[in-house]
Amino acid sequence: MKFFKLFGEYILLMKGMFTKPENFKMYWKELMHQCVEIGIGALGIVSIISVFMGAVSAVQTAYQLTSPLVPKTTISQVVRDTVILEFAPTLVCIVLAGVMGSKIAGELGNMRVSEQIDALEIMGINTKSYLVMPKILAALITIPLLVIISMALGIWGGRFASGMSNIVSLETFDKGLLMGFTPFYISFALAKAYTFAFIISSVPAFYGYHVKGGALEIGRASTTAVVASCILILFADYILAAILL
Amino acid sequence: MIEIKNVSKSFGDKQILKGVSAVMETGKTNLIIGTSGSGKTVLQKCMVGLFEVDKGEILYDGKSFTAMHEEERKELRQQIGMLFQGSALFDSMTVERNVKFPLDMFTTWDHKKKIDRVNEVLERVNLKDTNKKFPAEVSGGMKKRVGIARAIVLNPKYLFCDEPNSGLDPQTSMVIDLLIKEITQEYNMTTVINTHDMNSVMEIGENILYMYQGEKEWVGNNKEIIFSKNQKLNEFIFASEFLRDAKDMRMLEEKGIIDNDRNMDEVMKDPEAHLLMGDNDKRESHPGPADDK
Repeated sequence: MKFFKLFGEYILLMKGMFTKPENFKMYWKELMHQCVEIGIGALGIVSIISVFMGAVSAVQTAYQLTSPLVPKTTISQVVRDTVILEFAPTLVCIVLAGVMGSKIAGELGNMRVSEQIDALEIMGINTKSYLVMPKILAALITIPLLVIISMALGIWGGRFASGMSNIVSLETFDKGLLMGFTPFYISFALAKAYTFAFIISSVPAFYGYHVKGGALEIGRASTTAVVASCILILFADYILAAILL
Repeated sequence: MIEIKNVSKSFGDKQILKGVSAVMETGKTNLIIGTSGSGKTVLQKCMVGLFEVDKGEILYDGKSFTAMHEEERKELRQQIGMLFQGSALFDSMTVERNVKFPLDMFTTWDHKKKIDRVNEVLERVNLKDTNKKFPAEVSGGMKKRVGIARAIVLNPKYLFCDEPNSGLDPQTSMVIDLLIKEITQEYNMTTVINTHDMNSVMEIGENILYMYQGEKEWVGNNKEIIFSKNQKLNEFIFASEFLRDAKDMRMLEEKGIIDNDRNMDEVMKDPEAHLLMGDNDKRESHPGPADDK
């Protein structure tokens, strides 16, 4: 029963966002601000994770491929496909759910508790539209870009680790990268990125917007938002894989 | 003028407001007072539309707020300023940007005109050289004044203040109270203040609504409150012996029994003084039927 109540409130929050902006310029400024916060703010952590996950993927694949019958180019193929299909969209988005989700829930929760949202409402501003929509749009713009950067850095990390550890020569790695490439994987990864971006931004915004109480409740809302986002990401990952692959 | 007509509001099974009716007058500081849980905050939130009323009507200068569409409410809200208990300033913005925010959102003025207006209202609330400071860098009293500046920057017709003195020392509270009163008269606003600060009641209470357990219990002003025979009101306002003594003194002063030429020995011999003070004591224990409800 509680789930249906929460889901209903979530739908109402999403529905409430679609009204005519009071001042388009101010909304645009807020959108740009959120793009910087979400996109540039997460670039560092995404870069580090991506390079290392690519490197680890290369080393572990090489460790398990002991048969001389399996060509060395397989290593780069495995790195490429796992990074594009799973690591870049899913792993990065799970990390972003933690980083951005807690930030969004905390920010909105603090605004709710300190009556800043009420202050905006009394000024005649649709807070759902002004505070939540720019966050969702910014996530939809920047997170797919971060996923694309993550793909490139992940593959580069695998290539770098392969070369540094003498697992496979760089020429062989590059050759493997171009073998049997399926462009649809990129579309699939981007479909996942857009879905996860929506979850990462809207779910924490929902929990933050509806905080009641004080500092303790803000912390609780942030934790719940991150946990719910991660579960929904994994659930959506399975559904998308089952439907699209 | 804001009229509240028979307003009721419940949360779940608990009825918070029970058919409250009152009038908030223009150009006056209208105070809503009452103990914690008496429904004064809920009433104020109903008046600004943060809560929807279950029953009854709220009229702004004759126009029904409760019957308005969201767009009409949005328009009306641009004529409403509100000072929140915790000031509700935007943490990430400087004082200047906080005050400028409503101008950015609702006017098409150029930057210079907006800054001039911001400086004008900041000067009005006696805040200079704080433009570039963040809310975390200013004191509680200054935050309240920034809150007032933000509330009046669009020249509102109605000003709502939720416990403007909470967390402030008595001297700063008085400064804030007098500032609100001055601004109310200067801008000819309808100001509604939600408080349980007795200094505010006595100093700026031009129209006082006393709420008790979700109902209107007493209406009057800061002069009438001294002579009120309402037991619940007297128990709330004059809760301590010190305040009861102060009330007696004020009553004697108002009746002209105390003045600069008479010493206290003379006053204490005055039978009228005894009658008044005795009447007051009697009233508190046995309320009369002719209550000025």
